[in-house]
Amino acid sequence: MSKAPAKMTKPGEVATTGHEWDGIQEFNNPLPRWWLWTFYVTIIWALGYSIAYPAWPLLKGATPGLLGASTRADVAAEIKRFAAANGPIEAKLVAADLTAISADPELASYAANAGKAVFATWCSQCHGSGANGAVGYPNLLDNDWLWGGDIEAIHTTITHGVRNTEDADARYSEMPKFGADGLLETAQIGEVVQYVLKLSGQAHDAAKAEAGAVVFADNCAACHAEDGTGNRDLGAPNLTDAIWLYGGSVAALTQTVTNARFGVMPAWTTRLSEAEVRAVASYVHGLGGGE
Amino acid sequence: MWDYLKLIALGAVAVLAAYAATLARDLPYLVNAIEVALVAAGAFVWIMFTMGKRKPAPANEYMDGVVRAGVIATAVWGIVGFLVGATIAFQLAFPWLNPDWAYGTMNFGRLRPLHTSAVIFAFGGNALIMSSFYIVQRTCATRLWGGGLGWFVFWGWQVMILLAASSYVLGGTQGKEYAETVWYIDIWIAVVWVAYLLVYMGTLFKRKEPHIYVANWFILSMIVTIAMLHIVNNLAVPVSFFGSVSVQLMGGVQDAMTQWWYGHNAVGFFLTAGFLGMMYYFVPKQAERPIYSYKLSIVHFWALIFLYIWAGPHHLHYTALPDWASTLGMVFSIMLWMPSWGGMINGLMTLSGAWDKLRTDPVIRMMVVSVGFYGMSTFEGPMMSIKAVNSLSHYTDWTIGHVHSGALGWNGMITFGALYFLTPKLWARERLYSLSLVSWHFWLATIGIVLYASSMWVTGIMEGLMWREVDANGFLVNAFADTVAAKFPMYVVRATGGTLFLTGALIMCYNLWATVAKQPRKAAASVHAVPAE
Repeated sequence: MSKAPAKMTKPGEVATTGHEWDGIQEFNNPLPRWWLWTFYVTIIWALGYSIAYPAWPLLKGATPGLLGASTRADVAAEIKRFAAANGPIEAKLVAADLTAISADPELASYAANAGKAVFATWCSQCHGSGANGAVGYPNLLDNDWLWGGDIEAIHTTITHGVRNTEDADARYSEMPKFGADGLLETAQIGEVVQYVLKLSGQAHDAAKAEAGAVVFADNCAACHAEDGTGNRDLGAPNLTDAIWLYGGSVAALTQTVTNARFGVMPAWTTRLSEAEVRAVASYVHGLGGGE
Repeated sequence: MWDYLKLIALGAVAVLAAYAATLARDLPYLVNAIEVALVAAGAFVWIMFTMGKRKPAPANEYMDGVVRAGVIATAVWGIVGFLVGATIAFQLAFPWLNPDWAYGTMNFGRLRPLHTSAVIFAFGGNALIMSSFYIVQRTCATRLWGGGLGWFVFWGWQVMILLAASSYVLGGTQGKEYAETVWYIDIWIAVVWVAYLLVYMGTLFKRKEPHIYVANWFILSMIVTIAMLHIVNNLAVPVSFFGSVSVQLMGGVQDAMTQWWYGHNAVGFFLTAGFLGMMYYFVPKQAERPIYSYKLSIVHFWALIFLYIWAGPHHLHYTALPDWASTLGMVFSIMLWMPSWGGMINGLMTLSGAWDKLRTDPVIRMMVVSVGFYGMSTFEGPMMSIKAVNSLSHYTDWTIGHVHSGALGWNGMITFGALYFLTPKLWARERLYSLSLVSWHFWLATIGIVLYASSMWVTGIMEGLMWREVDANGFLVNAFADTVAAKFPMYVVRATGGTLFLTGALIMCYNLWATVAKQPRKAAASVHAVPAE
């Protein structure tokens, strides 16, 4: 700038360094004492901490620290502690007859707590943290069961899963793609959908439903039973109640008949221990719909 | 002659990029190649038509055109970045704002890197480049070195932003946080950044002042360190010359460590050292007071740049990182507390003797709050690096709140202050259009930040506690979905805070525009670069 700006300082203040840039000057104040001492304290603390804990890398490995601390060892110890504490009751749970769990207060209480935790961690992603399901993922609170609702059936379903490729004993069935594979004409699909609406007590076209009854008897009754109440051996849903896995509207039913559905659930033995599978089976059984 | 060389180079780039587009193996590469071809062709045409008509710049004047362009770019990219930020905040609170048609371009996952890069590199980067160009000329009393190289840096940076933004929404990413840009954009960033370094060093070398002002130390340390961090963190081998995908040179925990060495120092140097450079110029200028302590500025500068570079491992506590690296990251972060606060002390104490200005000057108020948030987040940072605290705070929204009190409070507010300072000066206007609009901006932004930070503290600590809650048998009590559901009200508060911040920035843009468009021009301002006596 061509003319020197007004001085920034006032009379009686600390001297400046004498430097000036674009009118900016600098006071020659000392370092604030509290600042300097706090800085020293953090340095001393850092040195002390790095002596106490693993810190300085050497040629092979690092200094282990005087306290011998290790986060990995801490985790291992904690897991071991819980495993030891839960060991006896888990052994008892695994040895017990599945149907006897609910009768034994100690086992029932443990299974309810552990099962709830296992469910929250592994099952809630699909079935919801309240177990009320979602479209395509069964609600576990009601008494409508695809593959059976007694504790043994639930245990089998969790152990082996449904329609997965990882477990040879997985529950398996496959609905044909009646429309996509040309097994039924579009008109026939429309008719059988009306018949299913009738079965489930919904508003329907009576004439089409009558024609649909024939289509149903020829194509659907083998799995869903003649009266439409389903077949648990095949995981074929009951069509006469108001409970729908993929929706009970004309559009959803047409989609189901045309392209079929293929819900998959993993086999949990690869991720959970037998005690955990039993606990979560017991928990699901106890949610209200268990048989 | 020089123009003909430029024409040949631009023509070759346009043709090669158009050819590369025909061989593109993926969509981001295709779109980026077309963009490069169009930009190169546009520059080619511009040079051809203006050849021989452009006036040589007067060597004794400051080069302020590029700073003016930078002011506009900073304001515009700020609005873009804040708008995308507010959008994704609402997307988190209301998942239906991620509709099916938006998947693959506009869903949260695609917009999130767009937001972070827009605010850090587009808004913050332009703020740093334009203010450093202004500061280095004033404090060296000389014109920017390198002729048109300053303009190359400016336009090169805008091209980078264009390429990065269009590649993100189409799925082009390296999957590294704050370093998502794919390999060919990384190379371009390195080229532009080296040009930036040359312009800056060149200007410092030809300075007419005997000493180098402290703001320039910070900015230079930022430029040098960011170049090193950027290059090392982006060492990768492209799968094909005609595709955007590349493979990182380092793998596993080494890659993670390199990434957070980069990530933490992007915060440390880009968002701290660089912005401290801004603070060291604009605060004393606006307050018209000398810097509080020269000694403090030296000591905290060297302590800060030495200690920051080691603190990265605190981002990886309780992971595959060995314990020793974790410890070192933590203790260096703790030692960083006071060096960080040195900048806050120098900023706040510079105002002592000028506190009365707080009542009358909302721009000073903005700068004070900025330095205050800087102090708060540089205390919070070391605290969160302590392993015991980190075991609660890590992966939670607390981290998001911490980052935003630094980014919105410190980086945002100091940049707003700089924009309010610079606009009347650069466009030779007597004063800002409206100080009461600055006050509105100040209060909207401050309340917005407070809502943002406090809602994230609440929800972060809550989810941290919910995640770690185990029952007597050692089983987890809460499902992840439970924590998400519990956070909903705080997410709404956060999105509201972000919207307030955005509204304030919109008011600022109007105010800056009106300053240029409606205020009378100042009589014959001197812009000659003559050293002060």
